[in-house]
Amino acid sequence: MKIALTSVFVDDQRAALAFYTEVLGFMKRRDVPLGDNFWLTVVSPESLDGPELLLEPSDHPAVKPYRDALVEDGIPLAQFAVDDIEAEHARLIGKGVVFTQPPTDIGAAVVAVFDDTCGNLIQLIEEKLHATDEDVR
Amino acid sequence: MVVNTSGPVVHEPNLAKIAAACGYCPQVRGYEASATLICKLSLAYSAFMVDVFRALDDQTRRLVLDELSVRDGQTLFEICSTLTMRHGLSLTRQAISQHLGVLESAGLVVTERRGRSKFHYFSPEPLAEITARWPTRKRIQQ
Repeated sequence: MKIALTSVFVDDQRAALAFYTEVLGFMKRRDVPLGDNFWLTVVSPESLDGPELLLEPSDHPAVKPYRDALVEDGIPLAQFAVDDIEAEHARLIGKGVVFTQPPTDIGAAVVAVFDDTCGNLIQLIEEKLHATDEDVR
Repeated sequence: MVVNTSGPVVHEPNLAKIAAACGYCPQVRGYEASATLICKLSLAYSAFMVDVFRALDDQTRRLVLDELSVRDGQTLFEICSTLTMRHGLSLTRQAISQHLGVLESAGLVVTERRGRSKFHYFSPEPLAEITARWPTRKRIQQ
């Protein structure tokens, strides 16, 4: 068994596709009409066969209170891994992305949280892989 | 300082002495302290100080203030994650939320909504009131 797809609810699927591709840099994988909406997924260019992220319509009445409560407390809905979080933070700030948490060292990793403009908070993580190498020596 | 004019609850046994000693209430200062002269500002001040000391009398709440003084303006999520990852505290989000509530009611933390998220800020004013009452300058040697 493996994780092939996960999802975030988005306010507007086309605006979300623009943000997730043009700003974040993901690639569109599927875009299938489905009634009033679309089965719309993106993947990372670093792993084209990796997990897809479904940009899911947020018209179900349960979505708004659920997301409002999470965003109020600053809780991210998904986590994306990056090699250089400081560089990624600077790049996204340059594109007008708003962070609720700047890059913060939490010991085993450095994390940051930004607003995806589609109703969600997303966490970036740069794991300190070399820390364990040091410990082994 | 938040003044509660509706009659705050104060636990000290001798309110008159407290009100006279605090020196912050012009309506009491210079008068013989008696129960009839206690103004509500003095009562509120005493209750306020009690809240501040109670808020500080907890290791987790002091750590929260430490973290906010390092970087001010954090969400509940951020405070929870730094307490867990940096200080090894495994408290529930509800518990930390309650600690923040205590700090907020003592005036040591204020919250501000920015966008759709709520951010917590360290507010040092109550601590300044403590040093104003008990100045930290060195005593002059006799």
